[in-house]
Parts: sequence; C-alpha cells; structure tokens
Amino acid sequence: MSAAVVPMVRIQAADFDVAAEIARLTQGRADVGAVVTFTGLCRDEAGTLSALELEHYPGMAEAEIARIASEAIERWPLAGITAIHRFGRIRPGENIVLVVAASTHRQAAFEAASFLMDYLKSRAPFWKKEHRIDGSEGGWVDAKESDEIAAARWAGR
Amino acid sequence: MTKLIYFAWVRERIGKTEEDIDLPAEVKTVRDLLLWLKSRGEEFESALQHPEVIRVAINQEHVDHREAVAGAREIALFPPMTGG
Repeated sequence: MSAAVVPMVRIQAADFDVAAEIARLTQGRADVGAVVTFTGLCRDEAGTLSALELEHYPGMAEAEIARIASEAIERWPLAGITAIHRFGRIRPGENIVLVVAASTHRQAAFEAASFLMDYLKSRAPFWKKEHRIDGSEGGWVDAKESDEIAAARWAGR
Repeated sequence: MTKLIYFAWVRERIGKTEEDIDLPAEVKTVRDLLLWLKSRGEEFESALQHPEVIRVAINQEHVDHREAVAGAREIALFPPMTGG
C-alpha cells in the first residue's frame, strides 16, 4: 500500500456522485480489496421539515476534516479516503455527507469510515438550522451527547 | 488587531458575522475573552450567558478555554457542532 495517502476533502454546495467517488479511489489500481461508503442524508421523521440549512466555517471545515482523515490514515492501512460535506439548503432525502474509505481488507475500511464520521460529527465546524414546512424557523439543531460518546470510544484504541 | 468570527446562534444573537478588535491587555485566555465579550452589551450577554458551552477555535483549530489568546489572528466562537 502506498505510503503517501493524501485524503481528499471537499466542502461544497453541490450534490456528490457516490459511484464516481468510489471510482476515484479504485481506478487504475488492483490492490484495493474493500471500499466502504457512508452517506448521511437529510431526514424528516415528523413530516414537518422543509429543509436544513447547513452553515460552516470556511477554511476550518476543510482543515479539520483533513486533520481527522489524516489521523485515520495513520491508524489504518488505507489505500485512500474521501470526505465530502455539503453546505447550504438541503431538503429531506438529499445527501449531506459522504465518506469513502478504501483498503486491502474490509476491517480497516469499515473502521476508518466509522472513525471519520464519529469525529466529523463532533469536531467539524458545521451547524444545522431547521426550516419548517409551515414557513417557521425550527431553530438550530442541538448537539447530541451520543455523538461525543461515539467519538470518545476511539480515544483509548 | 484580532479578527473575531461568530457562527450559528452565537452569530445570530450577537448580530454580526465578524469584527476586528484590539483585545485589552487583561484578556489573556479564551475564558477571559468570553467573560470580557459578555460585558460588551445585551447581544453579547445573550449569546454568551453560558460561556462554558461555547466552542472556540484559534487560527482555525479547536482550543479549550484555558488556551492563551496572545498572537491569535483569528478567533472563532460557536455552539457545539452539528454536522454530518
């Protein structure tokens, strides 16, 4: 596996193409045996959400996700790792975030993708605000303690 | 001059996105900064009424409230993050 794996991190308003992002990590090489993707979508369980508005800290959002992805590269033998996070107005059913981890074997790919998501949730500077179907502002989404706990479980490993 | 940047409900309550400011000499740490800002008016009081929940980044890296602010070009204040 190549020593110099550089994470691909993109912060963008536009949607992403999962198949294209997988191909980017696997094309032209035969040493990748496992690709894990995670896609996070905007959901509306109550039927009241018109859209989420995602605010971010330009510059730091890229830098922080790249720091987390670089740590994943140090921890697991990865062939490549990609993280794409969208900002702006996102409607229920649309994509918000994509993580793609490629490795020789599945365990490294699964764990690296999970690690990146857990840390991204509690450390990447993004904030969600709800807009409701009735036109009212639903307010800012509260951070979940369970996300902090999910990130903390990697600390002693 | 230090650039202060605010995000999400911190930005909304303060009523501005960013400002350039000369920090007083007695502001040595992030905690000092939060307490000093809180005294700058109603908007700041409202945004920073629970300073312990505010997350802070200096030069685009997370820091805790004991961190020194000396030499910071850019200090960002924001609520706990909810991305992903």
